[in-house]
Amino acid sequence: MNKYVGFGRIILTIALAMGLRIAPWPGDLAAFNPDWVLLSLIYWSLAVPERVGIFHAWTFGLLTDVLTGRLLGQYALAYSLVIYICLKLHKRLRQFPLIQQGLFIFCCLLLSQLLLFLIKNFQHPAQLHASFWLPVFTGTVSWPLVYTALRFVRLSRSIKTTY
Amino acid sequence: MAIIASIALLATEHKSQQLDPLRTTLSFFIDPLKYLVDLPTALIENATNTVSSYEALKKENKRLREEQLIHQTRLLKFAALEKENIRLRALLENSFKLGEQVLVAELLSINMAPYEHIVVVNKGTRFGVHPQQAVLDANGVVGQVFRALPLSSEIMLITDPNHAIPVQVNRNGLLTIAVGSGQLNRLVLPFLPGNADIRPGDLLITSGLGGTFPPGYPVAVVDEFTSQPNKAFVSITATPKAQLDRNRELMIVWSNSKPVPLISKPTANDTETRAHVDE
Repeated sequence: MNKYVGFGRIILTIALAMGLRIAPWPGDLAAFNPDWVLLSLIYWSLAVPERVGIFHAWTFGLLTDVLTGRLLGQYALAYSLVIYICLKLHKRLRQFPLIQQGLFIFCCLLLSQLLLFLIKNFQHPAQLHASFWLPVFTGTVSWPLVYTALRFVRLSRSIKTTY
Repeated sequence: MAIIASIALLATEHKSQQLDPLRTTLSFFIDPLKYLVDLPTALIENATNTVSSYEALKKENKRLREEQLIHQTRLLKFAALEKENIRLRALLENSFKLGEQVLVAELLSINMAPYEHIVVVNKGTRFGVHPQQAVLDANGVVGQVFRALPLSSEIMLITDPNHAIPVQVNRNGLLTIAVGSGQLNRLVLPFLPGNADIRPGDLLITSGLGGTFPPGYPVAVVDEFTSQPNKAFVSITATPKAQLDRNRELMIVWSNSKPVPLISKPTANDTETRAHVDE
């Protein structure tokens, strides 16, 4: 299997996720917007771990930093840590049913959000609304959606892992 | 590896401005995405404009023309008043700060972080925008440029919890600071003592202290006044004049910080001021 088959698709889905990340939501609903970029990165790192690794996570994290106007390196750090864990556990995680995967995703999103919170606190004592943690829950709920959508994309181009 | 790199990046950017070129380069990849996300909203707006009826357009045109006439006559009066003001200030041996230049920028309907009041507009450093410029709309102060990228810039609204703006009460010149509350329709004035001369309905204007905001623009109207006997400062809230959640067009201001020389060449300054007004 060619290593580069469907690489454009992978990039495209992540770009789409970045678009969703900054898409305008009506009114206060914006607080519910989950971290689509991390969700798609997790999916690809579980499905094709030899292709989407820490380097991609770091790069897209850096791009997300620019996208959302954060301190550079914030999302890069969070994403690369989460993807590292995913890569370590990907064989086990693929065997899990969706609900059990959801629990793992919840932990990943929580870890990423915790890191962001920590970095924010390092900059200046932050006073955050409780809605800061909402994306963790909505992200977990939307994991099956992301999973099915990206699985469809993956199978349509028969992007397969080599091991 | 990645972790060390990110921590190094974080530390560098927290302490200095050295990473701005990197951010600028990356923003060339990112900014098209922002425009792409904005596209549906822009298209819908375009479509509504296209299909709005001839009658409605005519009505709007008439209204705008009337409005323009009123403003024009007002401006005539203001020109005379401004001249008088310069003359009087010259008598007081005070320098007078000149008029401003503005650039109209359009809001991109994207959402960066839900708990921060930062918006993105479609004008960046390619148009000469730089950080800490004041941003206005037709009714008052909106915020200041927080970060300028080549194709877009981020604007922090005055209601952001991390934003503070030096203001003065228009009625009596009382100086204070208005801090953002995190709600789009509310500013807080936390630094006024209980006996301060301020009333509900007072207009707050920019004082020009600090140098970021040009003096004299309306910011907010004082709306609530609760004095707590057990505290040193009263808590006063104000409603911003600018329509922070409705306007799509914003004005980025270049304030001319060069003071006018005392009496020499009033004519040159005059024409320049008028030119700015015409823009």
